Amino acid sequence: MKIPKRKTEKKKSDPSQKKPEKLIDKDDMRLDGRKLDELRPVKIEVGVLANADGSAYIEQGKNKILAAVYGPKEVHPRHLALPDRAVLRCRYHMAPFSVDERKSPAPSRREVELSKVIREALEPSIFVEYYPRTSIDIFIEVLQADGGTRCAGITTASLALADAGIPMRDLVAACAAGKADGHLVLDLMDVEDKAGEADVPLAVMPNLNAVTLLQMDGSLTIEEFEKAINLALDGCKQLYTLQKEALKSKYVAVKEDVEE
Amino acid sequence: MTPPPIVVRVKQKRIGELVSSGKRLDGRGLTDYREIQLEVGIIERAEGSARVRLGKTEVMTGIKIETGQPFPDVPNEGVLTVNAELVPLASPTFEPGPPDENAVELARIVDRGIRESKAIELEKLCVEPGKKVFIVFVDVYVLNHDGNLIDASAMAALAALLNTKMFNYELEGGELKIKPGYTPLPIRNHPITVTFAKINDKLILDPWLEEEQIMDARLTMTLDKDGKICAIQKGGYGYFTTQQILEAAKIAREKTEELRKVVVKG
Repeated sequence: MKIPKRKTEKKKSDPSQKKPEKLIDKDDMRLDGRKLDELRPVKIEVGVLANADGSAYIEQGKNKILAAVYGPKEVHPRHLALPDRAVLRCRYHMAPFSVDERKSPAPSRREVELSKVIREALEPSIFVEYYPRTSIDIFIEVLQADGGTRCAGITTASLALADAGIPMRDLVAACAAGKADGHLVLDLMDVEDKAGEADVPLAVMPNLNAVTLLQMDGSLTIEEFEKAINLALDGCKQLYTLQKEALKSKYVAVKEDVEE
Repeated sequence: MTPPPIVVRVKQKRIGELVSSGKRLDGRGLTDYREIQLEVGIIERAEGSARVRLGKTEVMTGIKIETGQPFPDVPNEGVLTVNAELVPLASPTFEPGPPDENAVELARIVDRGIRESKAIELEKLCVEPGKKVFIVFVDVYVLNHDGNLIDASAMAALAALLNTKMFNYELEGGELKIKPGYTPLPIRNHPITVTFAKINDKLILDPWLEEEQIMDARLTMTLDKDGKICAIQKGGYGYFTTQQILEAAKIAREKTEELRKVVVKG
């Protein structure tokens, strides 16, 4: 039986969500009180899910994102297996309640694209050739979105991979830079992304100076673009430190547990 | 998509060695494009159309224009929709069915170039604010895959948009009445997309199929007519150093100028 499609009443948008007149005030302060080159408050936890081989959770501003890794394990369906390396699979998905207006749980074109670029951002960090004929599955669930979810997702998923004990060349840290109200800013939140002039998400393996994800939309001169990249790299370095701390603190907790 | 045929090792090695010494298997320089052939207005039933041949890569783009509802957040603007089909006749690796991630990515890269450069004057495509606007459907149809579908598709899309004619109309009691004659689709910017492949730590432009199969990573940049970057996409399993990215941006600025002259005639 086909369920008739019911037209849902669109929620009247909250006036505070409307495009603000100014994203940056005269003292170079942003709407949430941040400086131009300041990250949002970040909280990272590693090993948060019992069933997954590796998992991690991040809160970056209002972003709340969970990542889980299963594998290396047998590939299903089997014909997808590769003879010389592991198959990396990735699903980036947003919960229906993660945004103001309910998002259909079916994968959107945006999610299909992001799943692909996130996979390609993480794959260079993994020694996939160590695990032929297996698959490593990465699941990223955005529970609440506030701009920059692909970057926060990568930062988290990289930790989940490390937590799963998969050999890696380096952690991947990701952060966006962009332009809002004519200023270059770090770690754009939702309003800055939507009302700003440009968004440059970037992921990097900081120890190897290897940029594994780079996207951009908006409008930047080449000189601005160069500055934006350097700003984003700076943000990634800060996140990298936080990633390592989070990873260590899990094992400190385990050690204390054992010694008790 | 079925996995592409494996490039024979000796050939892989040869392509890599050549690139290292600044040459390519088909005799091109590292930043040379293959021969570009462009035809426009080839599909009479479409409001606009173009076919681009980039060497053996062949992409057709058709533009259809319909009326529909605007997005609630921009009630005064027309709507742009880009879709890409990797048609099974174009390659043994393409399979029938709904667009896979490669097709979705291709469509979204082409979309981003047109959208972010504000190429179409969408605010001129409003019939009745909040109620009725024109929807521009850009359908990218890949006919033969021999590498670098992104640049060929972006070129075909721009050429087709520049070739698009809109019917004249009158508004009568909320209904559109078509009047004789056509006006060109209002276009204000000309985004051009260039794609780099990284092979043996060197950047090459316009990779053909075998170069794509052995490349480490891919970097696509779209620049508008003022030389500003409006879209970027990295792809592939490898990485780029920041120096390589900045070098690519500089090459892209020169190359897009050159290609724009080919796509935007007169």
